[in-house]
Amino acid sequence: MVLVILEEQNGRIKKSAIEAAGFASKLAQLSGMKVCGLCLGRTINVNELTGLGLDQIVQIEHADYLDSSQWISIVAQAKEQLGSKFIVLSNNSLGKSISGGLSVHLKMGLISNVVNFKSQEGVLQFQKSVFSGKASAWYAFSDLNGIIALMPNGFGIHKFDEKPIDSKVLDLKIPEPKIKLLDRKLIQGKTPLTEAEIVVSAGRGLKDPSNWYMVEELADILHATTACSRPVADAGWRPHHEHVGQTGVAIRPNVYIALGISGAIQHLAGVNNSKKIFVINKDPEAPFFKAADFGVCGDLFEILPKLNEALRKSKMN
Amino acid sequence: MKLLVCISKTPDTTSKISFSQDGKRYLDEGIQYILNPYDEWYALVRAIELKEKFGGQIDVIHVGNATSDILIRKALAIGADAAFRIDMEPMNSDEIAKQIAKFAKENSYDLIFCGKETIDHNSSEVASRIAQYLDIPYLSYCNHLEIENDKIVASCELEGGVALLEAKIPVVISAAKGLAEQRIPNMKGIIDAKKKPLEVISPIETEQLVELVCFELPPVKSGVKMIDPTQIDEMVAVFKNELKII
Ligand SMILES: Cc1cc2nc3c(=O)[nH]c(=O)nc-3n(C[C@H](O)[C@H](O)[C@H](O)COP(=O)(O)OP(=O)(O)OC[C@H]3O[C@@H](n4cnc5c(N)ncnc54)[C@H](O)[C@@H]3O)c2cc1C
Ligand SMILES: Nc1ncnc2c1ncn2[C@@H]1O[C@H](COP(=O)(O)O)[C@@H](O)[C@H]1O
Repeated sequence: MVLVILEEQNGRIKKSAIEAAGFASKLAQLSGMKVCGLCLGRTINVNELTGLGLDQIVQIEHADYLDSSQWISIVAQAKEQLGSKFIVLSNNSLGKSISGGLSVHLKMGLISNVVNFKSQEGVLQFQKSVFSGKASAWYAFSDLNGIIALMPNGFGIHKFDEKPIDSKVLDLKIPEPKIKLLDRKLIQGKTPLTEAEIVVSAGRGLKDPSNWYMVEELADILHATTACSRPVADAGWRPHHEHVGQTGVAIRPNVYIALGISGAIQHLAGVNNSKKIFVINKDPEAPFFKAADFGVCGDLFEILPKLNEALRKSKMN
Repeated sequence: MKLLVCISKTPDTTSKISFSQDGKRYLDEGIQYILNPYDEWYALVRAIELKEKFGGQIDVIHVGNATSDILIRKALAIGADAAFRIDMEPMNSDEIAKQIAKFAKENSYDLIFCGKETIDHNSSEVASRIAQYLDIPYLSYCNHLEIENDKIVASCELEGGVALLEAKIPVVISAAKGLAEQRIPNMKGIIDAKKKPLEVISPIETEQLVELVCFELPPVKSGVKMIDPTQIDEMVAVFKNELKII
């Protein structure tokens, strides 16, 4: 049995959880096991879950915030009652706050930031992204069971044939919380960077924060999330949560568009796992061109307004 | 107030990444190591600010061999009071957490700081493990932190936002950007650091639950396709046909 944690938000399961379910199902297929989803929070309509590869679902209605120690306890109880060999979860903020503790509590090995897996001579190996995406490391569990925390957007979304899902009831006890939630502030409307498929990012080449409307325009046209280089966030031109790179957020979108960013190694560390990279920079020597799939060497103040207009027109046709 | 800051070392961010032929070992000959930025810039400095406000003692702990001593001295120069090094070459984050948790238990700290991740392994495991070993609350990816009597109020990063959380001391915190501003050690700090204690401790036994098979470098990019800056239509075609985003 593979147990997968399905995190919900506002009654829908998160994109990162769909990715985790797909990984768990592929892993189960390869090793001839069944997959059980664990969903804590608002109840999810089971119809939403068909096509994710799940065989079973355990739902626990719980309206309030759950802290990391509560999550760890509940996942551990579910694991014991189901006799799961593997636990799969997304290494997003929830995952990062519980995976280490879960590993300690269950005395199970943990491989984090996993992007893929394979079976080599009958042994399952898991590929972990290391050195901020500049390399990867293959790991195996010593005793053939363990916890796999997936790097968001690493494995990708996989669809499965629809099949009926068993709703299962377990006897799970929620312990007292250790942490109290006072408030939660979410940026409304936008896809969080780690989940975004398309990211439009800009750097110091934009010269001034008042020029960002061009970047936002492009992002709007493409339904993309915006990001920036570190100096731009440090100067207060853009909010800190947009800063990508080694010391900012690490992302793996399908498409990363970099405008006026030099492509310093610390910036690339956070974005070089994007599936495709499109760069506009006026300096032909800019290091970003070496990491790019498509490059335009020119002045973005000339190119961007025209490109935005042409894209808008093309969308209307 | 007794504060513990867990400090790790990592290759300088511009280091070339290469591995031994069998893929088992990261080649670090000639590589410059630095203190992990999250530990140095945010965790340690916030601990120093809290000491400046409330008084107390800041200890730093590192699990590693003697080649780290120069980096540990840097943490002392920035403002920690005493350093402890657990003398071993750790193979994974559980080993590190177990060593630190044992030390922390014997010395009862109010706050234990880690960085949000080391920038080489990017695991984000150590802090969560320490909290579990000690059975105390873990505030992850914290970018703002205040102490009110015996309580901590912290703002912690979530996807697309933050959560404002409250917990009772003692707690484990992992530091994210914004928690403090980097401090550069001054001359007096560097001289004082030489006189501060750095105690070397023997490790306890640990077991391995995961094994490294090999490292691997990503495939090289096939090369960039350049588009003439005047050819806007060609860019649109790329967006449409190759990137498939409009
Ligand atoms: C330990 C450490 C960690 C770091 N972490 C990060 C990190 O996480 N993320 C990060 O981004 N950086 C990080 N940095 C900083 C990094 O080294 C670079 O300094 C930074 O990424 C540069 O930002 P930039 O490309 O926006 O600015 P610049 O380097 O100033 O580049 C601006 C670019 O814009 C181009 N340009 C200018 N005008 C135009 C125009 N009109 N049209 C087209 N192009 C134009 C220029 O050719 C240039 O390439 C880190 C540094 C260190 C030491
Ligand atoms: N060898 C080490 N010695 C002391 N602390 C460490 C060590 N390795 C990691 N840490 C701490 O744990 C944090 C997270 O590391 P990691 O879980 O490896 O990403 C780091 O930012 C440090 O605060």
